[in-house]
Amino acid sequence: MVDNSNKQSDSARIAIELCDVKKNFSGQQVLDGVNLQVEEGTTTVIVGASGQGKSVVLKHMLGLMKPDSGQIKVFGQDISRTSTRQLKEIRKGFGVLFQNVALFDSMTIYDNVALPLRERTDASESEIRDKVEEKLEMMGLHEVDSKYPAQVSGGMQKRIGLARALVLDPKIVFFDEPTTGLDALKSNEIYRLFHDTQARLGYTAVIVSHDVPKIFKLSDRVALLAGGVIQSSISPEEFQRSENPLIRNFVETTMGPIYSSEREETTPL
Amino acid sequence: MVRFFETLGDYSLYYLEQAGRMGLFLMACLWRIFTPPYKIFPVVSQINFIGARSIFVIFFTGGFTGMVLALQGYYTLRKFGSEGLLGSAVALSLIRELGPVLAALMVIGRAGSAITAEIGIMRNSEQIDALECMAIDPYRYLMVPKFIAAIISLPLLTAIFDMVGILGGYLVGVAMLGVSGGTYFQGMYSSVDWNDIEMGLVKSLVFGLLIVWIATAKGYFLQNERSGGFGAEGVSRTTTSAVVLASVTVLVWDYLISAIML
Repeated sequence: MVDNSNKQSDSARIAIELCDVKKNFSGQQVLDGVNLQVEEGTTTVIVGASGQGKSVVLKHMLGLMKPDSGQIKVFGQDISRTSTRQLKEIRKGFGVLFQNVALFDSMTIYDNVALPLRERTDASESEIRDKVEEKLEMMGLHEVDSKYPAQVSGGMQKRIGLARALVLDPKIVFFDEPTTGLDALKSNEIYRLFHDTQARLGYTAVIVSHDVPKIFKLSDRVALLAGGVIQSSISPEEFQRSENPLIRNFVETTMGPIYSSEREETTPL
Repeated sequence: MVRFFETLGDYSLYYLEQAGRMGLFLMACLWRIFTPPYKIFPVVSQINFIGARSIFVIFFTGGFTGMVLALQGYYTLRKFGSEGLLGSAVALSLIRELGPVLAALMVIGRAGSAITAEIGIMRNSEQIDALECMAIDPYRYLMVPKFIAAIISLPLLTAIFDMVGILGGYLVGVAMLGVSGGTYFQGMYSSVDWNDIEMGLVKSLVFGLLIVWIATAKGYFLQNERSGGFGAEGVSRTTTSAVVLASVTVLVWDYLISAIML
């Protein structure tokens, strides 16, 4: 488990704050007053059953959706009420790994990773090449520059997506189901890369994941989204010991009763 | 009866919303065309796609349109003993009407459909969301080069269509049916004036804008389609609807511009 004790302190800056965020889709109240704080430099994992609105929360944080009411603050700035230009400025500090990676399928892998540098910086082609190669190297990707996303495996696509998300050294990185569709081996590889890159770059991470309990090993805070609200945002250990019935139910259904009973004797994490 | 009015209201609201969305989309694209930063390479690349790669099909349709115009025109004019007007009949028909309209319809079929499908797939696979999250403006990055390229390409393609059509008419009228070459071109010189060229030019510019607007907006708002824009079938349905809408719009605007300028 990652030792994150040094990351959390009372004086930690709040990177993202959701205050009473509500969102209704065609009469269905998907978010019914979501409150959440993500401290700078930490990893917060949002868990919850399918259809509870985890991706909707993420899209609100990214400014891709506007809430019906409530505030979404990124380093103190409410992105639900900023202009398009201000939102663009805020997003310059974001990196995103989408669930289906969302690589540009008509571009080579090199061009995919180079795109943010070409569009958002004045870097020369040689500087771009150095940076892209550094990130691809960091992800353990060799000699794939000229290939297209469809020509590589799902695990490699995720790593390319991560390289693209990190190419501008963002302050906050969002992961939407980063290991969906990968086998255990490939999932571990993605988690290892996440752990290594976060240790090296020190970014704040928000992860939406189903991969319980494995994802707990990487997290500082676990937030359960159920019934349109965040039930808790607590440490993984507290999460597993919580007496909150919704959390207990989630822990038991996702980890299974055997895991829950064993929890008393051994600390799995 | 109540159900009828409910459905009518529902449809009206949907189309009103759609029109508003597309109007704002057009404003956003036009605004970005005139504001920096300007990037040349993506525009050149799109001119290659929309313009240069359409030359082949424009060449053939223009040629055969001119040939059939000459053929039909010759037998009609001969009834009145006016074969000498063949050159002007072919040139005026092409320059004022058929050139801009048929070139636009060809571009809709070849490039417009491809643009809708490309942007629609990007929308469905979250590539447009990815651009936004990377703080890359999708209007500026994806739409603006296509808008500029279409507005530049359509008049040029129309000019090629007209020229090849006139030569096709020459081939049939002069080389095959025996009209004098001098008469063919002299009739053209004396009857075609700047107003005719201007009408063709205005039409092709407007058609270029309409085609690229409809093609890009349909793809961009794929998921707002009433028929459901999700998945491969959604892309296919939306592409078809973009082609139909663009074709009909071109014909409607052809009439409007003719009525205003004649």
